[in-house]
Order: sequence, then structure tokens, then C-alpha cells
Amino acid sequence: MLLTTAAAAAALMLLQQAPAEGVDWDAEFGVETKERDPVTGELPVDPYEQSNANAGATPYDSARLVRDFGGRDGIVRIAARTVELSEADPRIAAIFAAHDMVRLKRTLGEQFCYLIGAGCDYSGRDMRTAHAEMGVTKADMNALVENLQAAMCEADVPFAAQNRLLAKLAPMSGQVVER
Amino acid sequence: MTLTHAFLAFTQTAAITAALPPGEPPRIAYAPVLEAFDPAPAPVVATPTITARATAPLGTINALGEDEGVSTGTGRPIRADKLLLTNGISTVEGSSGGGIARWATIAGRQMPGGIGVSAHGSAVELPDFGWRSYGAAIGFGDRLELSFARADFDTRDAGAALGIGQGYTFNMNTFGAKVRVAGDLIYGATWLPQIAVGVEHKQSGDGGLVRALGAADDAGTDITVSATKLFLARSVLANATLRYTEANQIGLLGFGSAAGAGYKLQFEGSLGYQLSRRAVVGAEYRSKPDNLGLGEDDWLDLFAAYALTDSLTLTAAYADLGSIATFSDQRGGFLSAQVAF
Ligand code: HEM
Repeated sequence: MLLTTAAAAAALMLLQQAPAEGVDWDAEFGVETKERDPVTGELPVDPYEQSNANAGATPYDSARLVRDFGGRDGIVRIAARTVELSEADPRIAAIFAAHDMVRLKRTLGEQFCYLIGAGCDYSGRDMRTAHAEMGVTKADMNALVENLQAAMCEADVPFAAQNRLLAKLAPMSGQVVER
Repeated sequence: MTLTHAFLAFTQTAAITAALPPGEPPRIAYAPVLEAFDPAPAPVVATPTITARATAPLGTINALGEDEGVSTGTGRPIRADKLLLTNGISTVEGSSGGGIARWATIAGRQMPGGIGVSAHGSAVELPDFGWRSYGAAIGFGDRLELSFARADFDTRDAGAALGIGQGYTFNMNTFGAKVRVAGDLIYGATWLPQIAVGVEHKQSGDGGLVRALGAADDAGTDITVSATKLFLARSVLANATLRYTEANQIGLLGFGSAAGAGYKLQFEGSLGYQLSRRAVVGAEYRSKPDNLGLGEDDWLDLFAAYALTDSLTLTAAYADLGSIATFSDQRGGFLSAQVAF
């Protein structure tokens, strides 16, 4: 009997210590949450000055090249596909997992479209800012190039035209590759 | 959960159950006693791994330069991440290059921080001679290449005509080293090629004979400076190499001449056009001295290389090696297989 009472008291004490409902644990631990924009579905980024110069190179002026890439639609699809392939690529997926792929698909598409000369403006950040502290290596860079090549092959872009886009991107590696 | 935990949890449940009026289902309450053993885990937040790689400890440091990095991804010691064909095609002297011209590229398919290997076997069939070359190379990151090649040069009937014996075979071992000092084949500024300096130490196996032919020595060391770039906008690969050498027929016929001819500067150039990720066609030129006065000619070739798999590259070429040991018009086929990891 004594044992039962003691046990009941102990159990009550235990029950009383249950955590209160409705605690905002994120606030308790100082976690900042970013809300996706209800319209675009993108996460906000730190403010920066928008300019086509952020695209990192000057555009081509060749209607044929634009045609080879399937016009603006084709280019945007290739950029999105490159991001998809990279998210699924075990070599570099971890780098992409922590970032906003909705935004990247849009801004990468803009960058390609701008560089190929298909008449877009680039609204994203410059390459150094966009890849800061990502720890990208030259091997990661090669993996991304292979994914881009795969996306361009799927879209039947002729190889010489593929290389012309790569020619614009390759010199930017200095701003992207950190080690 | 440890055994102790399990035991405690069991006794608590038992206590609670005992305290409950009969018929009530047992309730398991939050147990502060566990905190002593099992401190609350860190709050589960979707912690971004943005900086995870940037702050991760560096991988294999190989003390060879500034850009060794993490061994990324799968963590295999050897990761073949080089873009196809950018490790070049083994030369007959064992170095990464274009078949007969040395390039600034580093053998193997490794990236910075990794180690790669490659091996080749090549055959050159000429009207009067048969030449075999086989060897291996090891590449450290995008920095250093060490190579070895063995050459067997079969004189066939020409051997009898030259009075050295039917099927006499010249042999030579080449030990090479090459260091990338600046630039990148693909990345970085378009105007800055990958630049490498290197040596090739060659040892002829026919000391007595090459001296009898007029050579001063049976061993010699070439010094090379190479610049190679893939100009993506044109899908063109260009290479230029300066070689400071005293080798006769790249060393098969010894080094220098007893008459005093010695080191001279020679040029090796290659141009390649990339047809696809796997295919490249091109041409090469290699100037050579004529220390022995045997009418030694410059070399030319037209090649096509195909990466059959990521690690196997086959190369076929038409080679014009001019006059060799007074036998002129030595034009023929060059076939080479290279495996690289
Ligand atoms: C020269 C090569 C590269 C180019 C031209 C390029 C281009 C871009 C562009 C245009 C953006 C969007 C910037 C913005 O939205 O403001 C971006 C972001 C990003 N890039 Fe790259 N990139 C390159 C290489 C790489 C590599 C090698 C990786 C990793 C393997 C990588 C991973 C990322 C990630 C994860 C983001 C999202 C950053 C964020 O949202 O904070 N990029 N890149």
C-alpha cells in the first residue's frame, strides 16, 4: 500500500513535468525561418544590386545559336534540367540540397538565356556572391558541367553550340571554385 | 537505448501501471529521470549545410601545391572526375599528350586531392620498321605526373641491310616527370593555358651500337615546357611544347653526336577538334634535330581518338616519320589503347 502511494505520487510528479503544449521551439532556440514567397515560391535573399553584369560574361549575338538551343523555352528547360540532374547527382547533391532550387532554376535559366543572347535580363546575384562559402571544388565543377552537357544532349543541342555556352561559363570558375 | 534505459523505463511503466485505478489504460509520462542519462538532443532544425563543405576538414593533402581539396562525395581515394579526354593520350614516351607531342595535361582521371593512374600500349607500323611503346603514368591531383615508357623498335629486314642483324630491336626506357605550374586546360581565363614544365630522362639499351652510329651518349635528359588549352568557343584544343633535347630519333639512336652536336630547342604542336564529348580529331607536328647527319626528319601525324568508355581511349593515327636511319618515307599507322582511372 505504501509502495502504491509513493508510486502514485511519483507518477503524478512525472505527469506534471510534461512539456507545455504550444511552445514555439524555433523562437526558444532562435531559429530564423524564411517564408517562401506565395507567388513565386522562392525564398528571400539578402539585398543586392541587380545588373546583367552579374551574369559574369557578355552575351553572344547569334540567332543561329539561339535556335540551336531551342529558343528561350529550350534554354530555360535546359537550365531547369541541369539543376534537376545535379540535385540527383550523388557527387554534388549535398551542395544543392541546402539551397533554393526554385530560385536557382529561374536565375540559371535567365543567365543562360542572357549569355546565349536570347534576350533575357539576368536578375540574380554575381557568381562570387552566389557561391560564397559553398566550398565548391574543381571536381564539383566538372560534375556540374557533365550534368549541363547531359541536359543539352537531351535537348539535341549540337556539340559545338554546347561548347559555346561552356566557353562563357568556364572562365567564371575562378569566382565559383573555392578550393 | 541502453539496457539501463530500458530497465528504468520498464520500472517506471510498472510504477505508473500500479498507481492507476484498475481498468485505466497505462499512460507513459515524460520521465525527467532519463535526462540524467539522455540529455535532450539538439533541437532538430533543418540546419542548412550551406557551409558544411566549406568548413569540412580538408582531404588528402599532398603537399604539391595550393589547390588540393576535399575528396568529395563518395570518399573513394581514387575518384575519376576528370572530363573525358582531358587527361590526353599517352605519347610514345609515356607522358600525357597527343600521341607524339607532349602536352601540359596531367595523366590519370583524378582531380585535385586525388591520385590517378593510366597505362598505354601503342604500335606504329612503318614500311620498314615496327615500333612498340608501352608504359604507365601516375598523376597527383592536377599538379604532378610521373611516367615510364618502354620502346621496342624492330628494324626487321632493314636491320640486315644496315648490317646490325635481321630484326635487330632498339630499346629505350623513358622516365618522365611533369609539373603543372599555372593555368588550367578548361577553366579560368581563356588567354591562360595550362602550363607545365617537365623532364624526360631516356636510357637507350643499345649503348655500343648507338655510339658506333656516331652518338655521343646512350642516355640523355630532355627538358620541356608545354602550354595546352581547350578553346571551348571553337571546340579546339591547342598545344605548344618547347623541348630542349639532344636525342636522336627521340633517343632510340642515342644522344648528341661524337662530332659535338648537342642540345637544341625543338617544337611540338598539336591542334585538335572536339567532335563530341568522346571524340576528337587532330594533327600534330614535332620538329627534330639531325645530330647524326642521317637526314632525320620532323614528324607529323593526323589522329582520331575516341573514349570508348570513361576509362578506355583508343587512338588511331596516320603518322609520317620521314627518314629513319637512312630509310626514307616512313609513313604508316599508329594505334594506341589507353586505360586511365
Ligand atoms: C561557372 C559555373 C557556374 C555558374 C555559371 C553558376 C551559376 C549560378 C547562378 C546563375 C546561380 C543563381 C544566383 C542567384 O540566384 O542569385 C547559382 C547559384 C547556385 N549555384 Fe552555381 N554556377 C556555377 C557553378 C556551380 C557549381 C560547380 C555548383 C555546385 C556543384 C553550384 C551550385 C550552386 C548553388 C547550390 C546555388 C544556389 C545558391 C543560393 O541559392 O544561395 N554552382 N549558380
